[in-house]
Amino acid sequence: MSANAQNVPAQFPVPVDPLPIDPRIPARPRNSRGSVSPIITPRPERAVSSEIAKVGLNDICLSYRTQSGERLLALDRINLQVKSGEFLCIVGPSGCGKSTLLLLIAGLHPQTSGQVMIDGAPVQGAGTDRIMIFQEHALFPWLTVGQNVEFGMKMKGIAKAERVEKTAYYLRLVHLAKFKDSYIHQLSGGMRQRVAIARALATEPDVLLMDEPFAALDAQTRDLLHDELERIWSETGRTIIFVTHNVREAIRLGDRVALLTFRPGRVKREFPVDLPRPRHLEDPHVARAAREILDELRDEINISLEAEYKEGIKPHVEPGVEA
Amino acid sequence: MKRAARFVIFYAFLLGLWTLLAELKIWPPYLFPTPWGVGEALYAGFQDHSYWIAIRVSMERVLIGYSISVVLGMILGLGVASSKFLEDTMGGLLVSLQSLPSICWWPLALLWFGLSQNAILFVVVMGSLLSVTLAMEDGRKQMPKIFGMAGRNLGAKGFKLFWYVLLPASLPFIVSGLKQGWAFAWRSLITAEMLYLSLGLGQVLMMGRDLNDMSAVIAVMMLIIAIGYVVDGVVFKGMERMLQQKWGLSSAT
Repeated sequence: MSANAQNVPAQFPVPVDPLPIDPRIPARPRNSRGSVSPIITPRPERAVSSEIAKVGLNDICLSYRTQSGERLLALDRINLQVKSGEFLCIVGPSGCGKSTLLLLIAGLHPQTSGQVMIDGAPVQGAGTDRIMIFQEHALFPWLTVGQNVEFGMKMKGIAKAERVEKTAYYLRLVHLAKFKDSYIHQLSGGMRQRVAIARALATEPDVLLMDEPFAALDAQTRDLLHDELERIWSETGRTIIFVTHNVREAIRLGDRVALLTFRPGRVKREFPVDLPRPRHLEDPHVARAAREILDELRDEINISLEAEYKEGIKPHVEPGVEA
Repeated sequence: MKRAARFVIFYAFLLGLWTLLAELKIWPPYLFPTPWGVGEALYAGFQDHSYWIAIRVSMERVLIGYSISVVLGMILGLGVASSKFLEDTMGGLLVSLQSLPSICWWPLALLWFGLSQNAILFVVVMGSLLSVTLAMEDGRKQMPKIFGMAGRNLGAKGFKLFWYVLLPASLPFIVSGLKQGWAFAWRSLITAEMLYLSLGLGQVLMMGRDLNDMSAVIAVMMLIIAIGYVVDGVVFKGMERMLQQKWGLSSAT
């Protein structure tokens, strides 16, 4: 870790400020290659594609009626372009609609206006090209670990032999091959989220949507899962959109971090993260980068707290998201 | 061990009390039978196959009727749970209908189906359908919504979503309703069978009364209780155990 930290300054042309920040909202590709940042740490085995965005969010709006009858704008003209193979993290105060945004991308909840594009084509409704990993409790307790992983393939109508083979492969990928016949309640929290990752990958989606997947885990387990997720990501080359309220986690994992504002949720700013991988949560460069985002995030949290005191509304009530 | 001892002592006591009352001959034997009289009636009934036939006929009917109830009840309950319109219209009706004893459907069933097996099945279905429907509705509402979302996300749609996700996910919440539905089905069946020459256990019970054979009446009553108890213990307790094992629940509902 320390060796790694020493390497960092050499790779950055501006050592004083290792985190180039793009103040434009929403961020658009900056240069001719279409990449957000001019300094991308080369990753030849997992090159970020420069063609049409894998996931395009165009002017996504969501409003809904609260119980008192008034209309509430939850998401306001969200514009985000995620390239193939990119790891995008979305942070924001609770109540900004970041989890709901994932549901919209997954097609599990309809947006009020705007369009979700995959490879440049608009999508409607749920599809197995975009698989969601929920915070917790979304694995099927009536199925074994293996059957959970197999589930998506079974729905697709893939032949049994292939299902068995792929289930074994993805369970090995998350180091859970031995637990194929266990039931979910017999696993620890970290193991459950690894099963969820295997289940999502087994449907071979283009995009993984992760909704605070490690929020309920203890710190050590979370560290391990960060390493695993990064490894799996570089091995499988998937595009990941990862929602979290933990800024350091976002810097630890993301190629880019998008900050959402408190209600209505807007993209306040995008922060490209150009630190070399693997990163560590304790790395001073990570902490530094987190600091900048945190300063902006804190403003939003204060707004959300004010709203909570003034109106007495719980800021994290979102449509379609159950505790 | 202690439980078994209690069990044995309690039933030995009951049997002793019964024997004592019968021996005292306060009532004539055709009104108050002796335990061995009932034993003989049971033996004779099984010996001449009449009880076997009655059990088979009754079990067949209750299985058909209950199966219809479960299938219809699940569809109805799911509909009411997932549609605001159906909930506002059908919801109240279903609850109020449940206060109607199922045998009240008998006159109607007779006129519609005649003196036939179908009339009995109709009463059985009406007796248990509502329990299953209300249980399914409740289960569908209590079931964590995230399972449905995860299922749709993984590509389950329509019937597949219901069969592979919504139904198993709501099973812990509906198992007690299914059990109640079974109890209602069994009771409705016996009641309906008592009303005409139907070959079932209910009719054998009434035959005992017609022949003034109190031993046979008690014997058949015991059979009815025993079958209800065994089905509950084997089918539903088994289901609850299976759910507990899979879900890791301390008790299913």
